[in-house]
Amino acid sequence: MARLHEFQAKALLKQAGIKIPRGIVARTPEEALLAAEQLGDSVVVKGQAWVTGRASRGLIRFADDPGQAERMAAEILGQQVEGFQVETLLVEEKLAIVREFYAGVIVDDQAQAPLLIFSAVGGTGIEEIASKDPTSIGKRVIDVRRGFYDYQGRELARSTGLSGKELLLMGDLLSKLALVAQSADARSAEINPVVMTAGGEIIAADCRMTIDDYAVFRHPELGIEVAREFDRPATRLETVAWEVERDDYRGTFYFIQMAQDFKSGEGVIGFHGAGGGGSMMSMDAVLRKNYRLADFVDTSGNPPASKVYRAARIIFAQGPIDGYFASGSGVASQEQYHSARGLVKAFLEQPLNVPAVIRLGGNAEERAIAILERAAPLLPAPLEAYGKDDSPDFCASRLDELIRLTPRPTATPQPILPPAATEPYQFDTVTGQVTLDHAACRSCETKICIETCVPQILKLDDGLPVLSITREQARHGGCTECLACQVECYFEGAQGGYIDLPIPGLAREETGA
Amino acid sequence: MAILVDEGKRVLVQGITGREGRTRTNLMVEFGTQVVAGVTPGKGRQEVDGVPVYDTVFEAVEVCGSIDISVLFIPAPLVKSAALEAIEAGIKLLLIVPDRVPIYDVLEIAASAKDADARFIGPNTLGVLSPARATIGMIGGSATTAREWFIPGPLGISSRSGGITSSMAYYLARAGLGASTLVHVGGDAVIGTPHPDVMRMFEADPDTKAMVMFGEIGGSQEERVAELVAKGEITKPIIAFIGGKAAKRGTRFSHAGAIVEGTRGTYEGKVESLRTAGVTVVEAFGDLPEVTRRVLQEREVL
Repeated sequence: MARLHEFQAKALLKQAGIKIPRGIVARTPEEALLAAEQLGDSVVVKGQAWVTGRASRGLIRFADDPGQAERMAAEILGQQVEGFQVETLLVEEKLAIVREFYAGVIVDDQAQAPLLIFSAVGGTGIEEIASKDPTSIGKRVIDVRRGFYDYQGRELARSTGLSGKELLLMGDLLSKLALVAQSADARSAEINPVVMTAGGEIIAADCRMTIDDYAVFRHPELGIEVAREFDRPATRLETVAWEVERDDYRGTFYFIQMAQDFKSGEGVIGFHGAGGGGSMMSMDAVLRKNYRLADFVDTSGNPPASKVYRAARIIFAQGPIDGYFASGSGVASQEQYHSARGLVKAFLEQPLNVPAVIRLGGNAEERAIAILERAAPLLPAPLEAYGKDDSPDFCASRLDELIRLTPRPTATPQPILPPAATEPYQFDTVTGQVTLDHAACRSCETKICIETCVPQILKLDDGLPVLSITREQARHGGCTECLACQVECYFEGAQGGYIDLPIPGLAREETGA
Repeated sequence: MAILVDEGKRVLVQGITGREGRTRTNLMVEFGTQVVAGVTPGKGRQEVDGVPVYDTVFEAVEVCGSIDISVLFIPAPLVKSAALEAIEAGIKLLLIVPDRVPIYDVLEIAASAKDADARFIGPNTLGVLSPARATIGMIGGSATTAREWFIPGPLGISSRSGGITSSMAYYLARAGLGASTLVHVGGDAVIGTPHPDVMRMFEADPDTKAMVMFGEIGGSQEERVAELVAKGEITKPIIAFIGGKAAKRGTRFSHAGAIVEGTRGTYEGKVESLRTAGVTVVEAFGDLPEVTRRVLQEREVL
């Protein structure tokens, strides 16, 4: 779930008409000073970080005057908390709090609906209150088609003992919170605490919200760069990976970095899984051999070969891995030769200079294994391919053995690419561009591209391969980016086929710029 | 008997002319599923694998008569509308294949399905397959592999992971243990037909003698299965494996998650509640076939 900072979540509450403290976002101590001067008197300086217990970590501080606010801001900014650097502050008026409550919305799998949760006692330790005294907490299912009315909110407040003005104001707040959560596609939205001030106002003193990753596309206004569940901001490479995935709904590509700044020989493996359950088992198999993982990657749900290729390139871009391990459930339904071709294209262009063990079991695994084995002799490092009858543990021990036997790479080998086209025939695909070098095609005896093209969109025209559909159709998905016209042509043809699959931002990461 | 799908069910494919729709229609038809119609708005009057394509679900129902199941191969952002269309057209079982369907869309589909007395499986599901009978979705990928991998038998298989659905069934079949039906319930946080529902269906199916379940950390599905067993609503033996033991404890929804879930959702919590209820929990995935065989022998099914 993509998380929002407190100041972002509060902005959403305010839009919906929920009262929030007067506050100003600051990114430098000077801005904090100005903010404090503007707000007047005592302020709270709150470091913006996705962690719990901010107060006990010194990220929430009370200042009596602007000068003190500036000094506190300087102390908080730049702090490292659980791998997270505090870069933003929220400077707010200090509230005169009379009473604290809790209000939250969470999507509940059992109810198949959002639940609205209200507690007449808020603040820290709300979980303990919930487990010790369940009656102090009220829950109601929200009907997503109808919304949650203020009267329902009042009823919920009443069930926890509220009355009078508190009940009235809280009913209104709860109804609005439900609306905010739904319109922001929030998996959870919590106000803890909701406070009653000395002035008789109900104010959201803090707020955390997590947005459904799958709905981030509906919310450009939230400025979520990477719609992934991280407990820290995304790395630059994770951002690059997300750009590959964002608009491409063909299969799934998930990428998270688990080790950074590692060196060759430290036993860090590039991990490429397929499918959640199978990937976890495969990860465990590598970990049992005492390796560390650079990343967790999952390409599944029948992704095109192009997506698997990009995933592999991004895995390599992380740094000097000692081996490459790809393994999923072992009995995949997707045609595994797509993944095989994606990997082979990456291994040739990289090219692969550390041992790789690839377990592509499942549908059409024989073809997948054959494609990988065909590429193996061309590569500077050993590559072995396995199928569904070879366990993840067996494959992990193969990788372990290969790493022990293979000398560590010293120089970066040259990419293995087809020669530059002299007579290019080109067409665009959904995410790239195909080039067939007709000069090479003329001398090609096999014309293997025509036969192996998965969507069958190539035909011979005057002895040369051309599209049998319109360019427009090819660009809109007629070409499925199966990569046969590059990979199969490289093996069996005149090496005239190439598909350019740009990965925006990757070159910068690879050169470390 | 089998659950959810068999050769008697009349199936519609929404999104039949797309990349996945086409490929998996071929799988379903070749496997023996009665695919009677397809729908892609704007592409009516075409044919895919001999299956007529219509512009709307209502048109398909008008022309072809009643339809039991709709299988959705639709890009995630468009799933809600397609699912509501199928429900409104009177279809009682939906299989929602795509990944990345927004969760509030799923909640709205769930609310409409409940009103219409309809059920959905998924989203993010590989599908359902009853060996030697019929299949919906994309389990096996092609009819040839699906026939080769899966054999009929006494086990009801239910899984939260697509790949593991096939691999469990395959490794069990290799050990001579066939299945009545395999169900991938879907990988998302909110799904239409979770493990407890599937277990109830298997309990009621005379051909199913025992269930094999792949659970995962997070959510409450496995705990709810344990409750059903403890209450005596499920009496057939269950053999379970829970994935994610080594995974870092999942990110919780902060306070709200803790209030709603308590200790549910963790590996230890799931294993304990299942074991306490009398479910056999297997620690190593590779042991599943052997343990399953032993349980079946103890219960004198084999």
